[in-house]
Amino acid sequence: MTPHRLLINAYVYGVLIFILAPILVILSMAFSTTEYLTFPPRGFTLRWFGEFFGNSRWMDAAGFSLTIAVVTAVVTAVIATMATYAMVRGAGRLGALFQVTLIGPIVVPHIALAVALYLFFQKVGLSNTVTGYVMAHCVIAMPFAVFTIAAALSSIDRALEDAAMSCGATRFTAFRLVTLPLIMPNVLSGGLFAFILSFDEPVIAFFLAGIRDKTLPRMMFDDIEQNLTPIIPAIAVLLTLLSIAVLIGAGLLRRWAARRARPAAD
Amino acid sequence: MSAMNFFQPQGRSMSKGGVLMLMAPFFVLLVIAFLYPILSLLSISLLEPEPTLRHYEDVVTNPVYARVLFRTLRIALLVSVLSLLLAFPVAWVMARSRGPKLAFITACILLPFWSSVLVRTAAWAVILQRTGLVNEALQFLGITSEPVRLLYTQGAVVVAMVHVLMPFMVLPIYGALRNIPVDYMRAAGILGAGPLRSFREVILPLAMPGVLTGFILVFLTALGYFITPALLGSPQEMMIATLISQQIREVLD
Repeated sequence: MTPHRLLINAYVYGVLIFILAPILVILSMAFSTTEYLTFPPRGFTLRWFGEFFGNSRWMDAAGFSLTIAVVTAVVTAVIATMATYAMVRGAGRLGALFQVTLIGPIVVPHIALAVALYLFFQKVGLSNTVTGYVMAHCVIAMPFAVFTIAAALSSIDRALEDAAMSCGATRFTAFRLVTLPLIMPNVLSGGLFAFILSFDEPVIAFFLAGIRDKTLPRMMFDDIEQNLTPIIPAIAVLLTLLSIAVLIGAGLLRRWAARRARPAAD
Repeated sequence: MSAMNFFQPQGRSMSKGGVLMLMAPFFVLLVIAFLYPILSLLSISLLEPEPTLRHYEDVVTNPVYARVLFRTLRIALLVSVLSLLLAFPVAWVMARSRGPKLAFITACILLPFWSSVLVRTAAWAVILQRTGLVNEALQFLGITSEPVRLLYTQGAVVVAMVHVLMPFMVLPIYGALRNIPVDYMRAAGILGAGPLRSFREVILPLAMPGVLTGFILVFLTALGYFITPALLGSPQEMMIATLISQQIREVLD
């Protein structure tokens, strides 16, 4: 290896340590027996997990976030599938409008959207309601879900659906029996993405939250701001496990999708 | 496949009514939870109490707002430049790696998409606190004799923001670099260019679209960043998003 390649490699591994180290540090602290956060962690205890699961305020927040995330995932997947299907099956000018408006939630900063939603939801009584959070999170997740589903719709063999319709199936039947099963992996991974995005969303949660019901990210924000207890590292471990589970799920979905794509080509 | 290919209409066309019905929920959601709120925010800024540009004038001329605005721009720029410096070599090595090494680097870079911003911000709060890792290392090395204030400074905000946003710089640059054939570098070498010159005249121009995409992405995200500055920054050196939240809180109370 030439000296400058060695240098570049050393630099790159330095950068990777910069990315990994903070996360490893906070995860390791979840098991420390000390009352304050210290590194290296001392001893080993599962006490902080117990405190998280035994505390009704944390549990309420986790439950509230879970409800919002599940509903967001389902609503996003359904609405995105409907609209994307209509667009790919020739929506004309409405489809063009659809594509343009998709960019909006990507370019508008979350802080601006959060303030706008705060002012509007306050007026119509949607602040700190499941409905309010779900609508906000769906808007943010929609572009990602649409891209995922559009990718599947454009790659499947459209003749299959046309054949079903030639044989007398209505468009809905053809969609339900032919198209939907083919695009299902992507619909599910769009939903999965919406779930994680919603479960982890701190900015909108900051503005929409009331005094009582709070989402998990909002509770975490307050804890980090005020006293930073060892419960935060414990939650970090749990969130990481959840992410790993979701990743494995997404990987399985990809393999499933690959298996589905093959017979059409043969 | 480019994104636009996804959206090619295909298959037997649907009726106008069918299209409208399927797209309706999307547009209803978008109008209620995005367009209307954002437009009314815009109209408040332009029309209240009467049609005026005064509020925008205020932001630029009021020394308090102007200073926050300028500071936010400066921090966002600094974060983007630092991210670029860290990201480019990573993208370079990724583009030239294969197999497990590529998989390992990619996994590290994709980490932010799996881990919460709050968790990462909390990690920096712990590392930078008075009894934190950095302070202990500084004292151990004899650089300082007592804990230094690292948390609640602009430096803390910049480091943590680079940590969160840098991966968004790596991916577009990697995309651009991967498409440059290895032969180009070799050809430049054969024609007599040294590594630096072939980098400057061959690689950099070809990588430019990726660099610009990453830079704009990180810069724009950094401008509106809320969580990290709110938790790690100092109240005296506030950024725009924190100022917004503070003003909203004041109105609320």
